Amino acid sequence: MTAARAPRRSARATGGTPSADPWPAIMRAFPGDPSDLVPVLQRAQNALGYLSPDTVRRVARWLKLSESDVFGVATFYGQFRFTPPGRHRLRVCLGTACHVKGGVQMLETLERRLQVGAGETTPDGEYDVERVLCLGCCALAPVVTLDEAIYGQMSVLRLQEMLDGRTHA
Amino acid sequence: MGARTLERRRHRAAARWAAFTAGPRPLVYVGMGSCGLAAGAGEVLAGVQAHIAARRLDVETASVGCIGPCYLEPLLDVRLPGRPRLSYANMTAELAVATLDALLAGELPRRHLVGRFALDDGWDGGAVPADDDLPAAFAAVPRLADHAMLAHQVRIVLRNCGIIDPEEVDHYLARGGYRAFEACLGTPWRDVVDTVKLSGLRGRGGAGFPTWVKWLVCREAGSGPRNLICNADEGDPGAFMNRSLIEGDPHAVLEGMLIAAYAIGASHGYVYIRAEYPLAIRRLRSAIGAARKLGLLGECVLGSDFSFDVTLKEGAGAFVCGEETALIASIEGRRGMPRTRPPFPAVSGLWGRPTIINNVETLATLPAVMARGADWYAAHGTERSKGTKTFALVGKVRRGGLIEVPFGTTLRSVIYDIGGGPTKDFRAVQTGGPSGGCLSEEFLDTPIEYETLAAAGSIMGSGGLIVLDRDTCIVDTARYFLRFTQAESCGKCVPCRVGTGHLVGILDAICSGRAELADLERLERLARVIKASSLCGLGQTAPNPVLSALKYFRDEFVEHIVDRRCRAAVCRDLVIYRVVPGRCTGCQRCVQVCPTGAITGPRAEAHNLDVDKCIKCRACYEVCRFDAIAGDAIVIESRGQRAD
Repeated sequence: MTAARAPRRSARATGGTPSADPWPAIMRAFPGDPSDLVPVLQRAQNALGYLSPDTVRRVARWLKLSESDVFGVATFYGQFRFTPPGRHRLRVCLGTACHVKGGVQMLETLERRLQVGAGETTPDGEYDVERVLCLGCCALAPVVTLDEAIYGQMSVLRLQEMLDGRTHA
Repeated sequence: MGARTLERRRHRAAARWAAFTAGPRPLVYVGMGSCGLAAGAGEVLAGVQAHIAARRLDVETASVGCIGPCYLEPLLDVRLPGRPRLSYANMTAELAVATLDALLAGELPRRHLVGRFALDDGWDGGAVPADDDLPAAFAAVPRLADHAMLAHQVRIVLRNCGIIDPEEVDHYLARGGYRAFEACLGTPWRDVVDTVKLSGLRGRGGAGFPTWVKWLVCREAGSGPRNLICNADEGDPGAFMNRSLIEGDPHAVLEGMLIAAYAIGASHGYVYIRAEYPLAIRRLRSAIGAARKLGLLGECVLGSDFSFDVTLKEGAGAFVCGEETALIASIEGRRGMPRTRPPFPAVSGLWGRPTIINNVETLATLPAVMARGADWYAAHGTERSKGTKTFALVGKVRRGGLIEVPFGTTLRSVIYDIGGGPTKDFRAVQTGGPSGGCLSEEFLDTPIEYETLAAAGSIMGSGGLIVLDRDTCIVDTARYFLRFTQAESCGKCVPCRVGTGHLVGILDAICSGRAELADLERLERLARVIKASSLCGLGQTAPNPVLSALKYFRDEFVEHIVDRRCRAAVCRDLVIYRVVPGRCTGCQRCVQVCPTGAITGPRAEAHNLDVDKCIKCRACYEVCRFDAIAGDAIVIESRGQRAD
């Protein structure tokens, strides 16, 4: 579980403020056409970790859209988040194969242990707990991912051990 | 780069392919699809590479895509000079190193050996030694093509997956790649449409609309610029056909796009792909780069007057964007909400231009259809559904993975011959994802066709096949899909936005034993209204899981309502956890893992489980099954049903 210790996003590692300003690169990469809104937001979120009101405002001005237009598009898509991410991202797959093999129980175990609901971040900013609909490795169901590492054939016990730090599964 | 330069490149490609399949140096292949990586293929490859470096072995390594049997991942193939490629399954880094060392030492390890490539399976391009020329020990290894999971398949779309290195355009070229497109360039577009018409190819995204009809409408819609979109927004939970295909053979998708673009006269193409598929995106991006360098994409393709280029568009996580008009709205930078049709996108789509949206699999089929002819392709499958279809065979099945079978194959053959049967007693098979339905045992002998599945109340869908056994609750599964569509409903039309919420509410009541029999009528009536009145395919098909479950498994709904019983012991409000006194040895493992202190009891005596404290987290059940001194004392059972 060495991957788990590496910080997930540079933005978060430096305490929420990115060390380098990502905007010049983003504004070079796109001509500034309103149709680039989704990819621009994707780039911005990749660099900053989430979409802050300031980011939304900035994108709106650049692409000559209203802030409500930008916010409307951003909230439509599941990929975008509006709060700072935790240092690590725990995702529980709830695709069909994982569902029939007990994925819900994995999520509940995480929620109980970390005292947060799905889609929330632990108060200490350590973990995001997310549900995800199919990671496409159904033969390994149920699947839980911690940052980039994928853990297949999960069980409540293995998950508890993982959280206890007792195993390097 | 013109056609002649490409021809020269083909010579080089053939040499590189020959070195890959029959070169003088030993070669290790690791299946590096997402599923392989999830199973630990990355560690296997790293372990092997470290070993090779440390021992200074004269061995090469290569990454390939997924050949399909995910349950065998991570797969490691080894080819020694003059020997066939051998496949080893369920590898770890240590096992891989040990296997490689043994092979290099002249042994033939049998552990984890699945099979060998052979001359007549066509996978190695004829470079493998004939069986007669092999030492007896190698000849005795079963052919991989005869492996139970592969023997019943016909691999047309997946012909290169797991065979070639997807990042090597030379491998694709050496196996006849881009020849079909080159041939198209020299013929009128109408001939291409005619070939596709004769082949009987229908849209693989789920609806099964004849591909050529759509093309013709688009071609004849005005004279301005047209667009082609490859729909790789594979959103069905439990489906990963497109992902595996792009990861394993990205150039086939590009060649398919070129053929389609030529046929409809499109000058620009988009691939709308899920952001959740980072590896597929990377492979596709690298394939686009390689194709541009070869002059296959860009201005004046191969020196002709046909120009075409491709842009990648990452989806941002909205299931509804699989719907054509929603997908277009998303590419245009708006909320991905569908609109009424007509006008159909083939007439007025992206930026108001005629636009064709084809599924990844439809496009990847085209090179094979054009190369080998419509008659050859149409010889596979049935009268109404021609060719082959890929399926993600998952769930409670012994051999899960990605498969490709001709239409007309029965569900029984897929589940039992290829999949090795369900893990426990068969309960149902779910096809078509959230738009499909659950089919009961009586449909096992139904040949798989668009029409037969639709008549049975399900749909073909994009190709998810989820096997459910007796430990799966049908009501819970129906609720699962409805929750999914409800969450993914874009909210534009009332029947879908409000109706699915009410369906979920009724199903919640049934699953928790709070429903009455009249709720079943309400469920059915509401489902029919949603089906009839929703704006787009998402809403129109959303009730299918409920309607099909009610049709074939009504007694289970009644059981939940009247007896408050869930026979699969899944619905949590209807089950209890219990210690069977006679089986419990008092090992206290469950006492240790219980998070709420619901289990008590001194060592060596049967434990007591307090149902009021129990939160049904399953930890005790698992520890008793797998870890306890004498297992199986803790049972999950439906109320009023005792296992002892």
